[in-house]
Amino acid sequence: MSTRSIVYDTIAQVAREQEKVLPALDDDLVLLESGLDSLCFAILVSRLEDALGVDPFTASDEIVFPVTVGEFVTLYETAALDAAA
Amino acid sequence: MRALGEVLAGAAPGRRLHGAERSLAFADLRQLTPLDGPVSGARVLLVTGDQLSAALALLALDGHAAAIVLCPPDLAPEHLPVIAERAGADTLVTDRDPADLPGLDGLRHVACRWPLLPAQEAIGEPAYATEWLLLTSGTTGVPKLVRHTLAGLTAAIRLAPADAPPPVWATFYDIRRYGGLQIFLRGVVGTGSLVLSSAGEPVADHLRRLASHDVTHLSGTPSHWRRVLMSPARGAIAPGYVRLSGEIADQAVLDGLRETYPGASIGHAYASTEAGVGFEVTDGREGFPEAFVGRAGAEVEMRVVDGSLRIRSGRTADAYVGTAGLALADADGFVDTGDMVELRDGRYRFVGRRGGIINVGGLKVHPEEVEAVINGHALVRMSLVEARRNPITGAVVSARVVLEPGAAETPEAEVRAEILAACRSALSPHKVPALLKVVASLEMTAAGKLARPHA
Repeated sequence: MSTRSIVYDTIAQVAREQEKVLPALDDDLVLLESGLDSLCFAILVSRLEDALGVDPFTASDEIVFPVTVGEFVTLYETAALDAAA
Repeated sequence: MRALGEVLAGAAPGRRLHGAERSLAFADLRQLTPLDGPVSGARVLLVTGDQLSAALALLALDGHAAAIVLCPPDLAPEHLPVIAERAGADTLVTDRDPADLPGLDGLRHVACRWPLLPAQEAIGEPAYATEWLLLTSGTTGVPKLVRHTLAGLTAAIRLAPADAPPPVWATFYDIRRYGGLQIFLRGVVGTGSLVLSSAGEPVADHLRRLASHDVTHLSGTPSHWRRVLMSPARGAIAPGYVRLSGEIADQAVLDGLRETYPGASIGHAYASTEAGVGFEVTDGREGFPEAFVGRAGAEVEMRVVDGSLRIRSGRTADAYVGTAGLALADADGFVDTGDMVELRDGRYRFVGRRGGIINVGGLKVHPEEVEAVINGHALVRMSLVEARRNPITGAVVSARVVLEPGAAETPEAEVRAEILAACRSALSPHKVPALLKVVASLEMTAAGKLARPHA
């Protein structure tokens, strides 16, 4: 499975568990307007660390905090590439 | 300053207190009160639904009431009768219907209401050195009461020079908790104004409201600030001073703030309800310099004992109230914070709480209460709950579970789902394990106990 689909699947899974109703997920959706709260993001980042083996929020020297779902996915794709390199 | 209300006399006309829906001039509050009855000498249990009500009541009560018990918004109402008893409270001041607050019938009721009334007792002419009784957040069950004085609460405040532009303070916290109260006091006693937060307000709306008031000094936990950095409205504000406290500030959030607000001075402060404001770090790096520890005679003295930070200063609380035999400070007057630190390369870094208490975005979790729920599942033999470092909330709850030998007949995914469902129905959301792993065994100590980090 691609990094992108793992990220999308995990977002949907966390939202389901936390009983949050998500709007249709696409790359332009603003994360803070997705209905996910801080706790959801925290769970999401920990799950993705286990699934992908990277935590881009801690690993990189210069982290740019993501605003949209697309930026969030790119952060993980880049981190996964860096980790593989 | 003998009472908070004293600063209202002669307050510059531009100085204002901004709630989410209303805005008031500090100067007007000398003649106006939200309280519909006398409070002189009363021991007041202050229970407010609205944050602006709390702010107005504090201004009217300090110097007039003998004591104020400042109840935070998330306090479970069933704890109120015990807290009232421990505090010796005789008066309930609330903006809520007293019928919604059972078990407080013995207290005199003074309504905290809108519109404001002409003050009968001139606000700010103090008759009492009011005790401020704050509630701790780190305990299971009924929170502990901690006694402060106005002098101690304001001891860490450095006022801007009188000729400097008046600051506009704001905080993402609620002012009924120690961290938010510090910002409330900075907004009131200085030359500036104050913008209160509003529960449930979306981050972008809050940032635009702060921008409309030209906020200059802004404070929150690292978790609050990460939400700001992820908001498309983050550029709406241009604070000159950014403050983080209440949780461990990591390098990523400090760097993110430096990049987003290049003109701001950024400080991360260490404070707790018991230990008061300890120190502020302004060099932009996580942790704090080794030199902060062991400075004898400094305004704030710090020691590290068995890995835990201890603090002695005029800003610490005086004592616990209503819990006999519980000492706040050691024999030398140092308050043990329970925050564990490690020294590396001349820098102390926070590594967690003693006893394994987990801090999820400022909300504390005792591993044992989560383990008790997990262990209630028939197929669970034992479990270990611990903190897992997390860049969004500082930590999340992580659980490892050992199943009974006979459990192999039930699919593991099913057992996991049942355990998590039990946790969700019994615990607040931040206490439910974010990660749950089934393992073959857990490490035990020589004494036969579960091996816990920092226990």
